[in-house]
Amino acid sequence: MSIKSYKDAINEALLQEMKKDENVVIMGEDVAGGAGTNGEQDAWGGVLGVTKGLLGHYGRERVIDTPITETAILGMASGAALTGLRPVAELMFVDFMGVCFDQILNQTAKFRYMFGGKAVTPVTIRTMYGGGLRAASQHSQCLYPMFTHVPGIKVVVPSCAYDAKGLLIQSIRDDDPVIYMEHKNLYDVTQEVPDESYTIPFGEANFTREGKDITFIGMGQTVGICNKVADKLKSEGKSATVLDLRTLSPLDEDSVLEAAEETGRVVIVDESYPRCNIATDLSALICQESFSSLKAPIKMVTPPHTPVPFSPPLEDLYLPSEEKVYNAAKEIL
Amino acid sequence: MQLSREDLLKAYKGMCEIREFDDAVHYEFAADAMPGFVHLYVGEEASAMGICMHLNEKDTIASTHRGHGHCIAKGCDITDMMKELYGKKDGICGGKGGSMHIADLSKGMLGANGIVGGGPPIVLGAALTYKTKKTGNVSVGFFGDGASNQGSISESMNMATVLQLPAIFVCEDNGFAESTAKEYAVGGSILDRGKAFGLDSHEVDGNDFFAVHEAAKHVIDNARNGKGPALLHIKTSKVYGHFEGDAISYRTKEENEKIKNEEDPLKIFKKKVTESGLLELSQLEKLENDAKEQVKIAVEESKKADFPTEKDLLTDVYIKY
Ligand SMILES: Cc1ncc(C[n+]2csc(CCOP(=O)(O)OP(=O)(O)O)c2C)c(N)n1
Repeated sequence: MSIKSYKDAINEALLQEMKKDENVVIMGEDVAGGAGTNGEQDAWGGVLGVTKGLLGHYGRERVIDTPITETAILGMASGAALTGLRPVAELMFVDFMGVCFDQILNQTAKFRYMFGGKAVTPVTIRTMYGGGLRAASQHSQCLYPMFTHVPGIKVVVPSCAYDAKGLLIQSIRDDDPVIYMEHKNLYDVTQEVPDESYTIPFGEANFTREGKDITFIGMGQTVGICNKVADKLKSEGKSATVLDLRTLSPLDEDSVLEAAEETGRVVIVDESYPRCNIATDLSALICQESFSSLKAPIKMVTPPHTPVPFSPPLEDLYLPSEEKVYNAAKEIL
Repeated sequence: MQLSREDLLKAYKGMCEIREFDDAVHYEFAADAMPGFVHLYVGEEASAMGICMHLNEKDTIASTHRGHGHCIAKGCDITDMMKELYGKKDGICGGKGGSMHIADLSKGMLGANGIVGGGPPIVLGAALTYKTKKTGNVSVGFFGDGASNQGSISESMNMATVLQLPAIFVCEDNGFAESTAKEYAVGGSILDRGKAFGLDSHEVDGNDFFAVHEAAKHVIDNARNGKGPALLHIKTSKVYGHFEGDAISYRTKEENEKIKNEEDPLKIFKKKVTESGLLELSQLEKLENDAKEQVKIAVEESKKADFPTEKDLLTDVYIKY
C-alpha cells in the first residue's frame, strides 16, 4: 500500500499488465512522444503524462506512438485484439471519437455478435473525458452515454485511484472490448492503493456511504461530489447512501434498485448531457422496478442541454457542483 | 517581387500583430492570467499573411487549433480575440469558444478548430457554394503536418479534385505534431499526396513571406478562374512548444536557437526589404511598436471586461427553441 494518484494508479496498472502478459501493447498519439526527434524520447508520455515511463520499460515495440489518425488507431487495436494481441489503445480525448466512431460502433462492438459468437476482441480503449479544465466544447465532453447505448462494448468510469487501478487491470484482462474512461479532473486525486495487482469485477457498483434518508448515485468524478454532500448532510443529522456505478455497461441493476429502495429518495448526478444520459436511464429503471418504494420524485443533477462553454464562470455554472447536488437533495428531504 | 510599398507595409503590419498577439498570450498564460489551452503561431506568421493577403472578405478560411495568426490575417479584431481568450462576454464568440474556436463569419473566418483535420472538409462546402453560385471566391483550409495523416484530409483533397472546387489546402509543416516528428509520422511525402489526388501541389519556404505570397497568388488566381484546387506544402517552424506549458524537451537547444535566430520570418522579411531599399528600417520599427501598443491595449481591455453571466448559459444552441 502507498499513496498514489489516479494517474499513477493507471500507469502502474499498465506497467504491471505489460509485465505479466507480453501480448499487452500500448498505442496512441504521443503515448511515449519524442518519436523521430533529436530530443528526449518519452518526451510526453501522453498529453498529461499518464503513460510516462512505460517506454523505458518496454520500448517502442510495445509502446507505439502513432500518427494522428484515430480511425486507424482504433481499427488497428481491434484487429490486433482479434488476432492475438491484447492492446490498450489511447484515444487522447473522448471527443475525438467523432473522428473514428465507426471502428467502435460498427466494427469492434459487433464482431462477436455478427460473427455468431466466434470473435474474441480483448481490446481496451483508454480515453480522457469531462469538464473543468476550461478546454471548451470539443475537449470537455463526457459522451459515456453514447458508448453505453451500444451493445457489445463495456463502459468503465473509475471514480478514484483505487478503482482506477483495479478496473483497468480488469479491463485489460477482460476478453470483451472495453472503453475505460478517465476523468481529467481526477488525475491528481490521491488515495491508498495496493502495490500489487488486483482486479475489480465489472458490473459491481460500490457503496461508498450507507445511510437511510437519501441515496446519491454517481459515476466517475460525480462520486466525489456525492460523497461530500453526503458528509455535509450527516453533519446536519441526515444519513445518505452513495452508490458509485463503477461500470455503466454492464450495469449493476440490483445495487441501483437496492440503493433506491433503501431510502426512497434518489438524486442521480451525471456530468453528461441531460438527454438520454445515465441519469435518465437509471431513473427509468428505478421507476419501472421500484416505483412503490419512492417517497419523492427522482432528482437528476446534470448540465443543461448545451455544449460545454469555455468561459470559466460559465463552465462553473454548467457543471454539477456540491451546491447543486445539496440543493437537489434538500428539495426532496 | 511585384509587391507595392503599401502591400509590403501591410504584410509586415499583419505579421507584427500576429507576433505581438501570441507573444502577449505567451506571457499572460505563464503568469496564470489566462484559462484553457493555447497553441501559439509565433514563427509561422509568413504563412498566414502570405496567403490571406490574396483573399477578400467574401473568401473564407478554416483554421486549426493554432489559429490566432490565421484569424488576425483574415481580419478578425484583435481586442475581440483577446477578450475571447480571457473568456469575456464581449469576446469574439461571447466567451463560449475560447482560443480553439475563434470565428468571425463576417470576415470569412469559419473557425479555428479543436479537432485535428476538422477544417478542410468544411472548406469543401464553402468552395462548393462559390462554384454553385459562380461567385469567383475561394476557400482555404489550413492544417498541420500531423493533421495531414487524418483521413479527413485525404478525403477532402480527393473530393476537391473530383468536383473541381475552388479550394486551397495549406499544410503548415512545422516539423512536429505535439512531441512527434514529422519524419516519424508521415509516410511518403505530403506533397506527393497532393499530387496523387490530382491537386496542383507546391512546396514553399514558409519562413519567406515572398515565397508564400507568390505561390499563393498562383494557386488562388487559378482557383478563382475555375482551374481547380491546389495544395501548398509550407515548410515552417514554430518557436514555442505545442501548447503553452510544453517543456519542448523533444527539440534540442540548438534546434530551438536555430528556429529563433535563423528561421524567423519577420527578421527575414525585414532584412530583405531594408537591404533592397524597398522600405526604411524606421517604417518597420514603427509598425512593430504600433502592434505592441495595440496588443497591450487589447490585454488591458480584456482584463477589465466583464464575464458572461448565468443568462448567457443557455443561449446560442439553436436559432429557434
Ligand atoms: C482528432 C484529434 N486528434 C488529436 C488531437 C490532439 N492534438 C491537438 S493538436 C495535435 C497535433 C497537431 O499537429 P499538426 O497538425 O502538425 O499541427 P501543429 O500543432 O504542429 O501546428 C494533436 C495530436 C486533436 N485535437 N484532434
